[in-house]
Amino acid sequence: MNIVVCVKYVPDATAEQKFEPDNTVDRVAVPGLLSELDEYAVEQSLQLKEKNADPESVQVTALTVGPEQAADAIRKALQMGADKGVHVVDDAIAGSDAPASSKVLAEAIKKIGGVDVVVCGMASTDGSMSVVPAMLAERLDLPQVTLGSVVESQGDQFRIKRDGDTATEVIGATAPLVLSVTDQSGEARYPSFKGIMAAKKKPLDTWSLADLGVDAGEVGLAAAWTAVEATEARPPRTAGEIVTDEDGSGATALVEFLASKKFI
Amino acid sequence: MSEILVLVDHVDGAVRKPTNELLTIAKRLGEPSAVFIGAADKADGVVEAVKKFGAEKVYVVDDTEIKGYLVAPKAEVLQQIAAQAGPDAILITSSGEGKEIAGRLAIKLESGLITDAVDVQPGPVTTQSVFAGNYTVQAKVTKGTPIITVKPNAAAPEESAGAGAIEKFSPTISDSAKKAQIVASQPREASGRPELTEAAIVVSGGRGTGGNFEPVESFADSLGAAVGASRAAVDSGWKPHAFQIGQTGKTVSPQLYVAAGISGAIQHRAGMQTSKTIVAINKDEEAPIFELVDFGVVGDLHAVLPSAADEVTKRKG
Repeated sequence: MNIVVCVKYVPDATAEQKFEPDNTVDRVAVPGLLSELDEYAVEQSLQLKEKNADPESVQVTALTVGPEQAADAIRKALQMGADKGVHVVDDAIAGSDAPASSKVLAEAIKKIGGVDVVVCGMASTDGSMSVVPAMLAERLDLPQVTLGSVVESQGDQFRIKRDGDTATEVIGATAPLVLSVTDQSGEARYPSFKGIMAAKKKPLDTWSLADLGVDAGEVGLAAAWTAVEATEARPPRTAGEIVTDEDGSGATALVEFLASKKFI
Repeated sequence: MSEILVLVDHVDGAVRKPTNELLTIAKRLGEPSAVFIGAADKADGVVEAVKKFGAEKVYVVDDTEIKGYLVAPKAEVLQQIAAQAGPDAILITSSGEGKEIAGRLAIKLESGLITDAVDVQPGPVTTQSVFAGNYTVQAKVTKGTPIITVKPNAAAPEESAGAGAIEKFSPTISDSAKKAQIVASQPREASGRPELTEAAIVVSGGRGTGGNFEPVESFADSLGAAVGASRAAVDSGWKPHAFQIGQTGKTVSPQLYVAAGISGAIQHRAGMQTSKTIVAINKDEEAPIFELVDFGVVGDLHAVLPSAADEVTKRKG
């Protein structure tokens, strides 16, 4: 079985995230890392490998599209246990929107070849549109088995539990397919010391757009299908009133406040 | 005036409130046309519901052939209606499924997609809240037919009589759209409380509840509010994931958000920071949540909430 897990290098959410003058996300000045939500995808990929009757026959490839530093996201996936990495890096990619990113990912997946399962996280922690897995399924003409909180598989048969707004569903499909998993799918493992050492020897291929046969004019900020017109930092919330509860005074003050705002 | 397609979000023919919000927005942009994909015998009820909020036309698509399959067939339906109607924009609810339908549709129509809009004005120009609510962004689609997914509470639904002309539409669904099967579906149990993402008031509990949500729930009920939970409370098994508010749970933007026993980590703030009024109750006066609040009580939620609930009930008479 051939598994490709798509991972994204994102600005650290606990650092101060900001925009560049051209309204793209600053991916250089802000420290980055493997998106936390993609760690769950790596974990599920590794579990699929480990549960296979012949784990050695399963190849897990971590794929990323992003600037030089994005190789860090691949390295983390390799340390966790992925077998090899593919990094698509090209200056022309900067500023790509979701349709363009999904195009580059889809072409890379085709070039890797013979892929049975494409695994994604539920969303990125920066753009957080949650649309790339569905776009990949559309572009690759594969069934989408997405937003799974529980993943089960037997041979090429896959089933997931999917928690929607109004119902919990069981979704089934036959590989090849695109799978996305939520943060409920199972805690991601930490790289072991052995894993960290082993990762240094694992292959990491670097591909350009030309390697994928993608025209540079189809991707990047200028080719995006949407444009950000303005970005504005949210004005800091003005400090509100804080009271300390003493013998029930807190409850009275709280209700007074809610009444003054007409919530009661 | 050109049509604005609105995909009707419904449970078994019961139209959900975000659809009324989308129709209200559609009216700002053009002529609202609702698209109902569902059981044929529910169509009349849906038409009545959507024409109250301005739907001039309702495309009725019988889902007998497609209801057993995930997402892909609905994207094909919208693609085919769009090809016929040539709409100026397509509006879809910003749910997990809504965004996936929109994503596939964007590729099919080679059209730009904006997700999670909290406002849409003529243009259409959208507003989104990004980076855990620390920035707002204004954006526009520059290619094809704008496809916009809109968050609940992005507009106050305005009643406005529409013609509600029924147009039955029979799509052609490809075999490849029928590859991901819905094997089973269990409707969520009704809690008797408002739905989290639609509620005007949300009361949430976190680690500070110690697993006892009773005070949170009674206070919520006194205000007619929905109940939410922080990730810490969900990870502890105190509440199911459907209650989780934050980056990997639901994003809410109610009129009033009450955080009880929640410290206010960035991941939680991402899910509630755009609430109009924020109130917190926490024992720890250093809790970061207090940086956000309009009103805060430093105290034990187990003492504060029950007496506050009593007082609210008394005042409401």
